[in-house]
Amino acid sequence: MATVTAESSTSKPFVRVPTRRNQLSDRAVMNLFIWPTLILLIIFNFFPLFYSLYLSFTSYRATSPTAPVWVGIQNYTNILTDPDLWQAFTTSGRYVLFSVALQTVVGFGLALLVRGKFRGSGVVTTLILIPMMLSPVVVGLFWKLIYNPSFGFFNYAIPFINPAALDMIGSRFADIPVQYLALASVILVDVWMWSPFVMLLVLSGLNAIPDYLYEAAAIDRASSWFQFWRITVPQVMPLLLIAVLFRTIEALKSFDLVMGMTGGGPGNQTELIAVYLFRVAFQGQFRSGYASALAYIILIIVIAISNLYIRYLNQAKGEA
Amino acid sequence: MATIELKQVEKRFGEAYAVKPLDLTIPDGEFIVLLGPSGCGKTTTLRMISGLETVTAGQILLNDKNVTWLHPSARDIAFVFQFYALYPHLSVRNNIAFPLQAQGEKKDVIDERIKQVVELLRIEHLLGSRPGSLSGGDKQRVALARALVRRPQAFLMDEPLGALDADLRETMRAEIRQLQLRLNATTVYVTHDQIEAMAMGDRIVVMSAAVVQQAGTPTEVYYNPANLFVAKFIGSPGMNLVQGAFADGAVRLPGDNQYLMPDGWKNSIARNENLIVGFRPESAHVNAEGALRGNVYASDMHGSYNMLHVNMQGDHVVHLRAERGTHYPIGANIRFDIDPEMVRFFNPQNEMALRKN
Ligand SMILES: Nc1ncnc2c1ncn2[C@@H]1O[C@H](COP(=O)(O)OP(=O)(O)O)[C@@H](O)[C@H]1O
Ligand SMILES: [Mg+2]
Repeated sequence: MATVTAESSTSKPFVRVPTRRNQLSDRAVMNLFIWPTLILLIIFNFFPLFYSLYLSFTSYRATSPTAPVWVGIQNYTNILTDPDLWQAFTTSGRYVLFSVALQTVVGFGLALLVRGKFRGSGVVTTLILIPMMLSPVVVGLFWKLIYNPSFGFFNYAIPFINPAALDMIGSRFADIPVQYLALASVILVDVWMWSPFVMLLVLSGLNAIPDYLYEAAAIDRASSWFQFWRITVPQVMPLLLIAVLFRTIEALKSFDLVMGMTGGGPGNQTELIAVYLFRVAFQGQFRSGYASALAYIILIIVIAISNLYIRYLNQAKGEA
Repeated sequence: MATIELKQVEKRFGEAYAVKPLDLTIPDGEFIVLLGPSGCGKTTTLRMISGLETVTAGQILLNDKNVTWLHPSARDIAFVFQFYALYPHLSVRNNIAFPLQAQGEKKDVIDERIKQVVELLRIEHLLGSRPGSLSGGDKQRVALARALVRRPQAFLMDEPLGALDADLRETMRAEIRQLQLRLNATTVYVTHDQIEAMAMGDRIVVMSAAVVQQAGTPTEVYYNPANLFVAKFIGSPGMNLVQGAFADGAVRLPGDNQYLMPDGWKNSIARNENLIVGFRPESAHVNAEGALRGNVYASDMHGSYNMLHVNMQGDHVVHLRAERGTHYPIGANIRFDIDPEMVRFFNPQNEMALRKN
């Protein structure tokens, strides 16, 4: 074997000697990895993507045996003039605004708290991260229990009220409907669940701020307050914006948590856009064409918002 | 402006000394240079004066007021950091305005002060840029502007020119010195570059291994080094140091050389004493009648003069400054004298300079 190798390598120095390991050519290995992935992507991503785009211009019910009928932009005009839908958009807007704003503030605060190294700060940080690792459906279910007027401990933690009178999920107090109570209860849980995520990103931003900036600021006689606003905040801004971007997109698409807690109710008080979409697409009417069009509208909104943020982000990065 | 006084100031990190007990008085308006090799405790000393580092023991007085435990912001001392430490997210204008804004100064006051300081440093054209887009020299000017704009009691500068290339360093050296003279600003300047220290300092404090080796004017530390460390560290090349033994009015040097002890010294040195003879390259004169011999080992052209590396015997090489005109071939035997006023002697045991009685 050795002589053969030596001989072939002297006579044809640039031809690789085939060995057992090399039986598959690089190209074959490449194909082996690429094609299965590509086929799966086509079946589960590209096909639904384009097929739903097509469906959004048709009248079609997934439960009916009739083929899709081309209706042009009919679905889109119907959607944009549907008052129910605007109601859902408004609810989603409130939900996104309050949820993301609170998460940002709470997350930033938590990050500042665990930033300083104290005994057990690692453990504390890990514990804080637990909520975001849980499944939203599970979180929704157990918060439903926590909010329960007769045995949930949430009501008992609020001072000065009769715990049995407050029904967060039912959006009632002493059997009188209170608007936004149910929405607030979902927002509260979302904040509980996702503030740690904001904290995590802000924390990595805080840790990346070099000490010498604070030393320079101390020399420049800046108060802690001044340092926070003129150094900490702008330095963390790029990562904070990423956190806000992610949370905004996620909150816009929010579905499982609210389904687990309220199912959109009472009435349509917590009917976020994704819940509305789900109802249109898979409950009762199964209006697949209409639902596809709605899904595309949501997609466009998400892309538009992301672009806005990314523009901001680039600006903030240019400054940092 | 201010006087700064350090009384037995020391700093330990764990068991290790970064600065051993140090006494230093810096009068108003003085430009003092802390000079020493890397790791000798210069930065630590500066940071203790500024308040960025606490002292392990000792006292720091600013204008006779004890500031040892005051926060940096309460000391009113500006610090120019080695790597500028500009605020990267702020424009140059806002970097310079930062210390004024932090004090809540009014906008027109800020504008006026910025105007003055950027004119002084000639950086008007940079005001709109961000620090990241500036060259090293410009960053340093901005850092200086930020320090100057608030008119502090004193300036501390930690190797402010260390990151610049040679040309720029020389320009900036002159600029800083000019500014300091114009403002009559008490300044503590840290560098590891002895040329810089010699060129800039009213006074130089030479440090090594956490200990002050000598404090004195550039002339003092150059011609009268307190010990072997200073003799070697100052000058490039440093002082020539040759091992010898004193007997019968002369010092025996390597290569059967006899050096006749100059008059003033004879009584200061005990008979048969081992000592080290020190002289600067320019204190030796190459001439045919010279009392000392050696052969040329290498010769470097330095423009206005030649530096001869002369082997006295074995590896006892001394550096002599010779006139530009004459050519000394390698291997040539030459003779030279040492200026009797300029020769120095050191005790090889404790490495301290011997003094004339
Ligand atoms: N924060 C610190 N922790 C531990 N050791 C330090 C610290 N800062 C400086 N030192 C040590 O103190 C000594 C002096 O450092 P420094 O003052 O930075 O020297 P220089 O500025 O002269 O180069 C060095 O040995 C350095 O390792
Ligand atoms: Mg240093």
